[in-house]
Amino acid sequence: MTTPLLSLQGLTKAYPGVVANDQVSFDIGEGEVHALLGENGAGKSTLVKMIYGLVKPDSGTMLLRGQAFAPPEPRAARADGIAMVFQHFSLFDALNVAENIALGMENPPAMGDLAARIREVSETYGLPLDPYRTVGDLSAGERQRVEIIRCLLQDPKLLIMDEPTSVLTPQEVDILFETLNKLRSEGTSILYISHKLEEIRTLCDHATILRLGKNVGECVPAETSARDMAEMMVGSTLQTPERSGREFGEVALDVSGLSVPSPSEFGTALKNVHMTVRKGEVLGVGGVAGNGQDELLGVLSGEITTAPDAIKFNGQPIGKLGPTARRKLGVLTAPEERLGHAAAPDMSLTENALLTGSVREGLENNGFLKWAETKSFAEKIISAFDVRTPGPENAARSLSGGNLQKFVIGREVLQNPDVLVVNQPTWGVDAAAAASIRQAILDLAAKGTAVICISQDLDELMEISDSFAALNEGRLSAPRTTTGLTVDEIGLMMGGAHGMEVAHV
Amino acid sequence: MDLGEINPVLLVASLMVAATPLLLAAIGELVVEKAGVLNLGVEGMMIVGAISGFAISVETGSPWLGFIAAAIGGAVLSLLFVLLTQFALANQVASGLALTLFGLGFSALMGQSYVGVKPPSMGDIHIPLLSDIPVIGPILFQHDPILYLGIALVAAVWATLKYTRVGLILRAVGENHDAAHALGYKVIKIRILAILFGGACAGLGGAYISLIRVPQWTEGMTAGVGWIALALVVFASWKPWRALLGAYLFGGITVLQLNLQAAGVAIPVEYLAMSPYIITILVLVILSADKSSAPASLGRTFHASH
Repeated sequence: MTTPLLSLQGLTKAYPGVVANDQVSFDIGEGEVHALLGENGAGKSTLVKMIYGLVKPDSGTMLLRGQAFAPPEPRAARADGIAMVFQHFSLFDALNVAENIALGMENPPAMGDLAARIREVSETYGLPLDPYRTVGDLSAGERQRVEIIRCLLQDPKLLIMDEPTSVLTPQEVDILFETLNKLRSEGTSILYISHKLEEIRTLCDHATILRLGKNVGECVPAETSARDMAEMMVGSTLQTPERSGREFGEVALDVSGLSVPSPSEFGTALKNVHMTVRKGEVLGVGGVAGNGQDELLGVLSGEITTAPDAIKFNGQPIGKLGPTARRKLGVLTAPEERLGHAAAPDMSLTENALLTGSVREGLENNGFLKWAETKSFAEKIISAFDVRTPGPENAARSLSGGNLQKFVIGREVLQNPDVLVVNQPTWGVDAAAAASIRQAILDLAAKGTAVICISQDLDELMEISDSFAALNEGRLSAPRTTTGLTVDEIGLMMGGAHGMEVAHV
Repeated sequence: MDLGEINPVLLVASLMVAATPLLLAAIGELVVEKAGVLNLGVEGMMIVGAISGFAISVETGSPWLGFIAAAIGGAVLSLLFVLLTQFALANQVASGLALTLFGLGFSALMGQSYVGVKPPSMGDIHIPLLSDIPVIGPILFQHDPILYLGIALVAAVWATLKYTRVGLILRAVGENHDAAHALGYKVIKIRILAILFGGACAGLGGAYISLIRVPQWTEGMTAGVGWIALALVVFASWKPWRALLGAYLFGGITVLQLNLQAAGVAIPVEYLAMSPYIITILVLVILSADKSSAPASLGRTFHASH
């Protein structure tokens, strides 16, 4: 038997109150694509940070080609041939591509030579990139290319990829897989972290599954069904949300010819957006992050005002109205960013319930707040949505991501909206909580609410939405009925591969 | 009123002197802010530099030792800011304000026995040949060494930020400290060095006022130059040469309006006195209309969360 490239033996890492990794052991062979599967919070990120030298294990050992390996810092790990593409890109927006790449190298060549090498490597692997462009202006797919090329320039033996496809269109994913397959054929091992099972089944040779910090099983993905792997990840059987057949009513929200510039420097302007949502309909808006999702939510919530006629609610122009006026009418929104946008992190759940609920729930009286009513509203959300918290007086920050998400979604749902707009409703939420949030959205639609669900999770959109449209560089494609829509069609609606090409050779 | 009394050569030569304290403080703060730290204690570090430099040069009789002491004094005070913001993770704005108040009070205490004393003079360098050129010679080539040091520092900071790896890492830390940390750079260490550099520069700027520009010691003699330096860094869009331009513009108009006051121009003194501030801000606002923004991590506390 050959020595594995990297062997992990009994790695344990505990943080105050939580054991992130508990006696995790597995081997990664030479030239193997090894998947690390697990839900959010299963300890995948901590594990790879230990391999990359960002975190020191409490106990356990690592062997690199049979030699003891304990990198004190990322520099040492890189010197031993370990490279990592981060989940949240570790890029510097204001610097250009070449500068970003130089920062990830030990001994970068002069800028001119480096630019030439970037061009050379990017062409070999089918990842075209201009070394002198500012990173802040690049698309998510292009930013990932910067990270990958940064790794490739160091000739890695082991490439760690943390959730690489969460920001890519299906076509971009195909190109990434071509690149990874080429790397594998050259003998590079890849540790591939994901919770997207179909991807792992097509790409990976071997998979290790983590649950609550423990290694709960290994499998050969090509021979295991996605459902089996999912149940190993979750540890129980999965429930899929039910959607009852229903009739759509008249048009509740009508957006036509909407164009607005983005309020932020690196944002995307919305260009001539048209859409209508009927009562009882769920419209799914897909697209890669950064293509105008935040702006679309801002426009619908009233944070960005537009020409009055661009947005009509039950025929009434509301484009010029601010968020409070729209809430009063029944147009409610739940933004993506939980801490800081949907909820004020340091305020209690009661106070957070008041912030969006005061108008519709009548929680204030001539400028004075009705704390008793507010508290019972908060308690109602907590019990109806199974939010795990000791009580409504706890700060929003103290809740886990999934629990806070249930709270912010529940807060809007319980106000009986006529139109509900949600952005990334189940982002970073575990499978069980995600299922209950989706069910709540479907139940609301069944009662006649028009729902717009903006999400990057295509499976989620296919599961809950009646029609589907995609945002691409601020333009919204024409909505289509979800039934019978194929992944290829969705990919094209999302803008295809943004000018990428497959690897040469 | 007699505008003929204003000697243009002397005017331009003295504007360079008037601008130097501002320039030194601003170039130091520029480096600090490029590393993502907002140190509002510039005024405090300047005045501590002013009295440290003054005291040491009076005691030793050497202005050179005085300037070295001023740089050390400013850096030592900035060390307090380091402790507060980089280790105790205190708020940078509050810590900076505290530093200024502390520096003003502490310098007054240190300087009690130096009021009315005359410091040793540094003397000007007359660069051979060049200083004999009419007009240009007296303007550009007959100054004290610290003034040239200031200009050299601007050039050095500009080149370092633009062309060297150290400069790239510094900008990266200021731009996105989490990403820099993930790549294995020592965010705290780099920021400490930047803050100490900023403190030393501010100290030099303060000593330039007490040893060369005025030269004497009075309480609170920096008179807000540190605050102007802070504003200058912002209006100069964190670009070294623009900071130099802004400092000279400010120095120039300050000197000009003093001359105009002396010449008895029929403009109320208050308007003349406010003119340097207004004109400098206007010019730099117009210049900073291009696409250039603050370092993205400016003023944010870094805490390694892994």
